[in-house]
Amino acid sequence: MILYILIVLGLATFFVVHRGLKGPTPSDRIVALDNITTITTAGLVLLGLYFDRYIYIDVALIYGVLSFIGVLTLARYLEGGL
Amino acid sequence: MSWLAVLVLVLVVVQIIAALFSVWQKDLLLAALGTSAISVVLSVLFYLLQAPDVALTEAAIGVALSTIIFVIAIKKTDRYEE
Amino acid sequence: MGVVEIIGWVIIVIGVAFLFLGALGLFRMPDVYSRMQTATKSVTFGTMGTIFGVGLVHPEWFWKTLIIAVFIAISNPISSHALARGSYKMGIRPFTKEENMDDLEPVVDKSEDEEE
Repeated sequence: MILYILIVLGLATFFVVHRGLKGPTPSDRIVALDNITTITTAGLVLLGLYFDRYIYIDVALIYGVLSFIGVLTLARYLEGGL
Repeated sequence: MSWLAVLVLVLVVVQIIAALFSVWQKDLLLAALGTSAISVVLSVLFYLLQAPDVALTEAAIGVALSTIIFVIAIKKTDRYEE
Repeated sequence: MGVVEIIGWVIIVIGVAFLFLGALGLFRMPDVYSRMQTATKSVTFGTMGTIFGVGLVHPEWFWKTLIIAVFIAISNPISSHALARGSYKMGIRPFTKEENMDDLEPVVDKSEDEEE
């Protein structure tokens, strides 16, 4: 069951990576990076369910808390602030 | 060959693609974005190799902190190479 | 397999379907702002659904997965909002049918004048 779900997630990641490699403006690539980290969070929680170990959820928690800070910094740079 | 080995192989290929993108890019902001993508994939690799603590540190430092430092350095110097 | 576990699996499958549709929208949409909205709305809902469903499948993990879902729901729209603001100020204009149709521009100029 988890295998098929992970295959669908991998297909979604393929589309996002394609947008990140192609994207005409820098904003497209930053959106792609943000989505890669978010999809990775979901994938890490599903892998934690597969391996059945509680500590694996902590990594996903760190991703959920910290992954937006880098994108926020890049957005402030594009705005001209920082 | 189990599906976890296939997953590790796919992640390594994605990491090599991101590294090549980061090396060949003339816009240094996008190169910093590529290094951030590398560290996301590296964190998932540490996670799959049964080292959740290392993955946690890699997620915290690679996604948030190194991106901020790169962006501040680009802000102080030039954005485009040559 | 209890009822709660079956509900959890159904929520996981719905969330993953929304995640896939969000990634497909990121692949297909014509300009930055359309991509940003499909990515943020759909991917945020999909991720929250997936994580919450894992919490229902494994009831001991429920509170921690709930915390992750709440953090995703807070942090993802913040980053998307900052990114939309940054790319508008950088000079990227939305994709419109008519030329020079931009209702935001006079408002932004006026507010910047008031700040100064």
